[in-house]
Amino acid sequence: MNVITDNWDVWAEGLIGTLILFVAGGLLALILGIIVGAMRVSPIPVARSMGALYVNTIRNTPLTLVFFAFAFALPPLLGLRLTADVSLTLAVCALGIYTATYVAETIRSGINTVPVGQAEAARAIGLTFGQVMTLVVMPQAFRSVIPPMMSVFIALLKNTTVAAGFGVVNLGAARNYLSERGANQMLVIIWVMIIFVVLVLLLSWAQRALENKWRVAR
Amino acid sequence: MSSVLYDVPGPRAIVRNRILGVITVVVVGAVLGFFLWRLIDTGQFTAEKWQAFTYTNVWVQIGLATLRTLAAFAVAAIGALMLGFALAIGRMSDHAWIRVPVGAVVEFLRAVPVLVFMFLLYYGLPVIGIRMAPYWAVVIALIAYNGSVLAEVIRAGVESLPRGQKEAGYAIGLRKSGVMQLVLLPQAIRAMMPVIIAQLVVTLKDTALGFIITYPELLFYARFIGSQSELGSPIIPATMIVGAIYIGLCLILSFVANTVEKRLRRSSVGVRIAQAEQPTQEITDTELIVTQRGTGSGG
Repeated sequence: MNVITDNWDVWAEGLIGTLILFVAGGLLALILGIIVGAMRVSPIPVARSMGALYVNTIRNTPLTLVFFAFAFALPPLLGLRLTADVSLTLAVCALGIYTATYVAETIRSGINTVPVGQAEAARAIGLTFGQVMTLVVMPQAFRSVIPPMMSVFIALLKNTTVAAGFGVVNLGAARNYLSERGANQMLVIIWVMIIFVVLVLLLSWAQRALENKWRVAR
Repeated sequence: MSSVLYDVPGPRAIVRNRILGVITVVVVGAVLGFFLWRLIDTGQFTAEKWQAFTYTNVWVQIGLATLRTLAAFAVAAIGALMLGFALAIGRMSDHAWIRVPVGAVVEFLRAVPVLVFMFLLYYGLPVIGIRMAPYWAVVIALIAYNGSVLAEVIRAGVESLPRGQKEAGYAIGLRKSGVMQLVLLPQAIRAMMPVIIAQLVVTLKDTALGFIITYPELLFYARFIGSQSELGSPIIPATMIVGAIYIGLCLILSFVANTVEKRLRRSSVGVRIAQAEQPTQEITDTELIVTQRGTGSGG
């Protein structure tokens, strides 16, 4: 316990760093993912193939490589000076761009679970495009998307630790800072593990609750 | 192609779709063009930046780094498969004193980030006098994480089988082990093959985490060669080359997963599983119109 109480500053900073990466990366992933997901289900062939190219390439790229490119290759390219804020922004971008592919796929498969007949029936009774979307398709797609989307965010939360390898302050990097203070590294890492298990259990509890609440009866 | 989102396009929608298509191409082209301009402007295509990659030795080192990546992947993949089976069988045990602890272990291993587990093995264990090479830290962490994920995949596969399979097995006088080995597991593995291979792609991707705990794999070498100032610090060319190798390896494995999935879908097991996953859809009028017009495309 001393490892935590003696070093409140490092743990608080690490937790805040992890939460910033998680929230900001998640927001970016949602925005990008919705755009790419919309491209993948759009009636425009060019947009469909661009979306597919993006998803297939990034999904087959290790996250570490995405971080590597953002941390080492991008700054010289764009002439950035690596301050702590710039590193954090780059890490958020790397996480967001990587996670966006999973968000896009989740949205696509969620929309695919809605039977085509639903939209056809809605058109047959004379609903407009806007009504078909907001009253019939989206409510069903949204509900079936939520549980897998939570899995994507659980993965994102665990992936924030990769930023520790690229000099961004977060829980994964706590070992780095505390080893300089001579703390017991093993205890530090075990505490980090416990914190992650708790955070992940919280998220998966929320996932299960939402799943039960919003199950679509078909 | 018919979709729940839009009807078969009429003349006005076709024109609108064309315009949106052009806009997409322009936006994507602008982003790519910007990066190409930055690459040229910062002199990334000069001979100086690429001279490192004219030496045979550099390529030998890249080859060796690729081999080290593959060596970690191969051992981790085999280990994860074996651990996955062991944990899956433990989780499906009839005895609560086996099932409950194994379930807790699986949940724990799945919740801990792989990188933190690598940290524990590489930086944490020396505290109690156990030292290991980065290679083993990478491999053991990958086995623990992917093994627990595969255990859940196999369990889900067994549970997705119709109840009658198990009951028929018991009815002809098999014990639990016989029902598992002869009836349930072969079908579950077959049905879950695409997911299992997809998880192996994740394992291959995660070997790149070894870079952070100084395992000399591909990214580690890219960092090394990219920081050599006498070679012009070619970090961007090195990232491009190493990135192409990583993405290529993962694409090959993903391609195998897709091929297996398609082959399974053609066979009987695959059809049933695919039907179980997606609500069955009869051919609708819209689809008929599309087929008659001959404008149908896959998607």
